[in-house]
Amino acid sequence: MKAFYWLFMAVALWGATAHAKLNVVATTPDLGAIAREIGGDRIDLTVLARPTEDPHFVDAKPSFIVKLNRADALLEGGAELESGWLRPLIEGARNPRLAQGEPGRIVCSEGIHLLEIPAELDRSKGDVHALGNPHFMTDPQNGKIVAQHVAEAFCRLDKKSCDYYRANLARLTLQLDQKMIEWQRLMEPHQGKRVVTYHNFWLYFSERFGLKMDLYLEPKPGIPPSPSHLAEVMRTMTSEKVRVIAVQPYLNRRIAETVASHTGATVVDLQGFPNGSKGGGSYIEWMDSLVKSLAAALKK
Amino acid sequence: MKLLKYFGCSAILMSAAMLQAQDAAEVEQLKKKLQQLQEQFEKAQNEHQKQMKALMQQIDGLQQKQSSLTADQQQLKDQMSQPMADAAKASSLEKGRWRPSDPISLLQRDSSYLNLSLSGLFAAGGSTANDLSSLQLGGHDPSQRGFTVQNVEAVFEGAVDPYFRGQANTIFFIDRDGETVVELEEAYLESLSLPWNLQLKAGQYYTEFGRHNPTHPHAWAFVDIPLVNARVLGPDCLRNPGARLSWRMPTPFYSELFLGVQNSHGETAFSFRSGEGHGHEGESEGLPFAFRENENDRGVRNLDDLLLAPRYAVSFDLTDTQTLLLGASGAFGPNSSGESGNNDTQIYGADLTWKWRSSRHQGGFPFVTWQTEGMLRNYRAGSFDWDEEGDLGDADGNGFPDEGVLVDASTGLPAAFSRETLTDYGFYSQVLYGFRKGWVAGLRFDFVTGSRGDYEKLPLILADNAGGGASAGRDLLRRERWRFSPNLTWYPSEFSKVRLQYNYDDRRDIGVDHSVWLQLEFLLGSHAAHKF
Repeated sequence: MKAFYWLFMAVALWGATAHAKLNVVATTPDLGAIAREIGGDRIDLTVLARPTEDPHFVDAKPSFIVKLNRADALLEGGAELESGWLRPLIEGARNPRLAQGEPGRIVCSEGIHLLEIPAELDRSKGDVHALGNPHFMTDPQNGKIVAQHVAEAFCRLDKKSCDYYRANLARLTLQLDQKMIEWQRLMEPHQGKRVVTYHNFWLYFSERFGLKMDLYLEPKPGIPPSPSHLAEVMRTMTSEKVRVIAVQPYLNRRIAETVASHTGATVVDLQGFPNGSKGGGSYIEWMDSLVKSLAAALKK
Repeated sequence: MKLLKYFGCSAILMSAAMLQAQDAAEVEQLKKKLQQLQEQFEKAQNEHQKQMKALMQQIDGLQQKQSSLTADQQQLKDQMSQPMADAAKASSLEKGRWRPSDPISLLQRDSSYLNLSLSGLFAAGGSTANDLSSLQLGGHDPSQRGFTVQNVEAVFEGAVDPYFRGQANTIFFIDRDGETVVELEEAYLESLSLPWNLQLKAGQYYTEFGRHNPTHPHAWAFVDIPLVNARVLGPDCLRNPGARLSWRMPTPFYSELFLGVQNSHGETAFSFRSGEGHGHEGESEGLPFAFRENENDRGVRNLDDLLLAPRYAVSFDLTDTQTLLLGASGAFGPNSSGESGNNDTQIYGADLTWKWRSSRHQGGFPFVTWQTEGMLRNYRAGSFDWDEEGDLGDADGNGFPDEGVLVDASTGLPAAFSRETLTDYGFYSQVLYGFRKGWVAGLRFDFVTGSRGDYEKLPLILADNAGGGASAGRDLLRRERWRFSPNLTWYPSEFSKVRLQYNYDDRRDIGVDHSVWLQLEFLLGSHAAHKF
């Protein structure tokens, strides 16, 4: 009898899983982390960019074409985040499900209030993003919006599992709301403090948590640091008592350490994406590690 | 016994019913939980919208203070006033919709109908060679002491409709005589939605032969084109009007099959029906290629009078950071060599690209790429008689063959060549090392040669109209030569570059030459994405 019962269960389980999983490709690990939260075990997820990689300059490997060719859905950041590499891949993939405007093409920046949209396009100011700063996932509130966007998109693609996606969305939103209180509390004592970064990557994060991460080691977006610019940064750091330099794993740490040694500041590693060498795998764990390591460094 | 059986059956049924009841209770519980969660979520959302409303009110307040509104703020307000869920639903097509009141932004990717860009490529330098035009083979190579305007290229590109993408590259450059030359380098449309992983390309385009041929000058890693490309595919690369179908094959790794059909005539079909005086302005200053004129253009009667270009490419990821791409290409078509005969050309090519990019790269650096391409050409040269007019090459009637007529010294008569197949081959191999952000060191080795043709075995003399003349020697357009080119490139940003290159050239029968070139480039407008 017991054997029968197990057999029945096995068949039922098989029946449930035989329903094909949604094949999802995400361009960057942060979007991938959201897709994993919403899609759970109902999706097969592939993330193109590695967490340590500069998301603007991912190699357009032909193997990505194969992955995109089979995808039911593509999550992209949009706002020119992937403009240096994604388009030839999509064109090469020849996947009508990922055509512009199709439900499988999920542009995550849609619905996000993008900051720093330049009033005039002038590249003498460096490599500006015409559509605004694309690193919006560093704000957990934006993470929530993207999660909602992704859940809706998954629902459209896989109606049978819609309740499942909605439940996952509700759970993630709730967790984020609860965590948000904790994060705000941790950052409360550091309101208005200035933090040096390499690149304007943490704009949305700093806006959310009341920091000023607006002192950059690079003189203009995409332009490598020059000695005169670094000297000016160091002067500002000393006069304003800026104590923390935040660097990302793919950026040159040596420059940050040199500046830190001259100013007595500490260098903090902030993972640009979840699943980094340190830091957590999920979106919340990642955000948690960002907030905690910054709060710890600012306390010093 | 029977009773026991009934008892057993009813027990099973009861346990099944209990199980069901238990499940139902659990489902009910879960439903309740879900409802709770949904309520909580909606609450959070409402709060969010409240926040948004507050922000909007603030903005409105500010607006009233300010008499004039900038376009920016208008945009901001528009964005804020859109309920978030609606915004999330909005397709990207709607987002980029252009309104008559908007400025026409030609430079913005994905938000205009046409992407425009302009790049300028300039070189300055010099060489120990006095015959620079035959030292530098490429149509866009720096080929004079002093300054060269190599390539000023305007690119128009965009999605035509849901079915096609269009692109046109028009080129301007200033030739050695100071004349501005305009070329339609490419202009084609590409299908976006064919079934079965097919893609169609039609128009004027670069033949997908190997790695270098389809690359635009601004994306070259060196100042000049590889020797083998210039000799076998042509100084301006192989490109012509035609159509190409490609099929991405359903393999677990990347593999793609291309089949192109193009016109086989014109100067950009160099090894084919390239018209009068085969050979480019480059190497053709002396005797023509294979010492015979191109006077045998048989036109197009059948499909095989066109140029057929198949290619197969595969790629594998060796590790997370290393990628390998292998390709085999061919180009087959008629040529117009000599005076008669159905002559044709077959070109075979193989290419290898290996790339490593650090998993912690910054702006794409550091990286190493190794690219090698080899080519072999079988060229059926038609028969040709230098006594074209039947006057023994003596048009002025002074009893000697005229100046410039090729004479066979063993007979004293103008040379006559029969049909023969000429084989040329060569390769280049280049390594690029992006050692720090914006800096790339490159090294390229070039080699080309040709098998000795029957016509080169004759004692040929270039007549001087006085019964004598100089020995013609070997065909310099097919003679062995090699080149060694180290260079260093600095990209101050993605939109400009400065490159310094040294060429060590060794040409058999001519000798060694040294050249130094400095190259400058600027790029305006939308920057096309990098292909692998």
